[in-house]
Amino acid sequence: MGFLRIEAVSRTFPGVRGGAPTPALERTDLVVEDNDFIAILGPSGCGKSTLLRIVAGLDAPTTGRVLLDGQPVAGPGPDRGMVFQSYTLFPWLTVRENILFGPRAAPEAADALIARVGLRGFEHHYPKMLSGGMQQRTALARALANGPKILLLDEPFGALDNQTRSLMQELLLGIWEADRKTVLFVTHDIDEAIFMANRVAVVSARPGHIKHELKVALPHPRHYTMKTTPEFSRAKAELTEHIRAEAIKTAQMEL
Amino acid sequence: MSFEPLKPVARGARVFLGAAFFVLLLVLWAALTFGGVIPDLFLKDPVYTLVTGYHLFADFGFARDVGITVWRVVGGFIVAAAIGVPLGIAMGAWKPVEAFFEPFVSFARYLPASAFIPLLILWAGVGETQKLAVIFIGSVFQIILMVAVIVGSTRRDLIEAAYTLGIESAGIVRRVMLPGAAPQIAETLRLVLGWAWTYVIVAELVGADSGIGHMIMDSQRLLDTGQMIFGIFCIGVIGLVSDTAFKWVNQRLYPWAF
Repeated sequence: MGFLRIEAVSRTFPGVRGGAPTPALERTDLVVEDNDFIAILGPSGCGKSTLLRIVAGLDAPTTGRVLLDGQPVAGPGPDRGMVFQSYTLFPWLTVRENILFGPRAAPEAADALIARVGLRGFEHHYPKMLSGGMQQRTALARALANGPKILLLDEPFGALDNQTRSLMQELLLGIWEADRKTVLFVTHDIDEAIFMANRVAVVSARPGHIKHELKVALPHPRHYTMKTTPEFSRAKAELTEHIRAEAIKTAQMEL
Repeated sequence: MSFEPLKPVARGARVFLGAAFFVLLLVLWAALTFGGVIPDLFLKDPVYTLVTGYHLFADFGFARDVGITVWRVVGGFIVAAAIGVPLGIAMGAWKPVEAFFEPFVSFARYLPASAFIPLLILWAGVGETQKLAVIFIGSVFQIILMVAVIVGSTRRDLIEAAYTLGIESAGIVRRVMLPGAAPQIAETLRLVLGWAWTYVIVAELVGADSGIGHMIMDSQRLLDTGQMIFGIFCIGVIGLVSDTAFKWVNQRLYPWAF
């Protein structure tokens, strides 16, 4: 079955000014079970964000289809909440108004989420008054408040400094451990993928396809100290080999 | 005071520097006229100009001229904004609308409003309609194009974020494009209002029997440079006041943008 099914999805971008078309994503299949946390790991420019955008409905696949809960994805919708790498809070709305932006967001749920992501006292601040980490916490709360079936995260902590990123990972993991909301998480950070996900799908260099999958055997609830366990190191060594091979391919393509 | 690039200047110093320019200008003007460097026929001294200004208001009902000119600018500008802002928004948001209007508006934008005055006098006479029409023609195309560009450059990622929250296409315009563009649209209107002032004077130089421009034209016939300078000075003061007021309102309306 599978809660989210990505079936034979590929994406080719048409050539610019008569140039050759660019294949961004090769035939990709992926099945995500309900309440699972999957990380899509790959070097930059491998098409992993394209895959997530197709699931979100922001981009259409050249071939194949995406099914969520048995329904084919035809465009963006509130059943798939998304957090972007760039800061996408609406600058004219306060933190609370941003969280209430989605048509399904209810005031009580919004207030609970504000407390959950540690933004009490900042409800009436405008985004420009917040740090990057606080903006991404608001964006996460905004996506959750709208009650999506699945959460799509496109390198949401990519622009944050290391310390803030670690705290954000723990925050998101805590939320997932409490709710078990299905998550599809795109990242190029190996540690982040292992620490957060139950399963890591490694995407090859462009044109991307899933070339390896790894089940992360770390138990929940996870604590940051797990990043130094032998289990973690083994997973990291395995993924590093795969990612390194792909990164080298990418680098050679650019030379 | 430091001259590091982009380093802000304290509020007090800012006011002082701004006022200092006016004082220096006045000193220079006084020196040139009282010192006899410029003959009195070409440029009257500041004291004479001020006294003339007093007489204009006290004896010649100049306040009425000022009121009429302000009314023409504001009237023509409001009509231009009422048509230009919605059309600009539609062009920015919906590309077929843009494709339909953009070539014409870009063409019309380059037609100088003053070139229409003879035609407009023929069509609308020398009454108020003609004056308002000059302001309207001078402002509306600028407003349309600038608003269209502002709305069209709404951040893509904000639109995508709204889509993933379940907002439909009509809601994108209302809930993302409009609120996001509002402060810049207001700033555009402030800019265009300033331009409208230049058109009104031109309109009043030809075929008018009232207004600041008409007064300046009359003064030229009498070779009264004092009155002419006072008239120009009045326009500057009104412009400064309306600009400051506009800025103040914008900052109150859109605290998140400033």
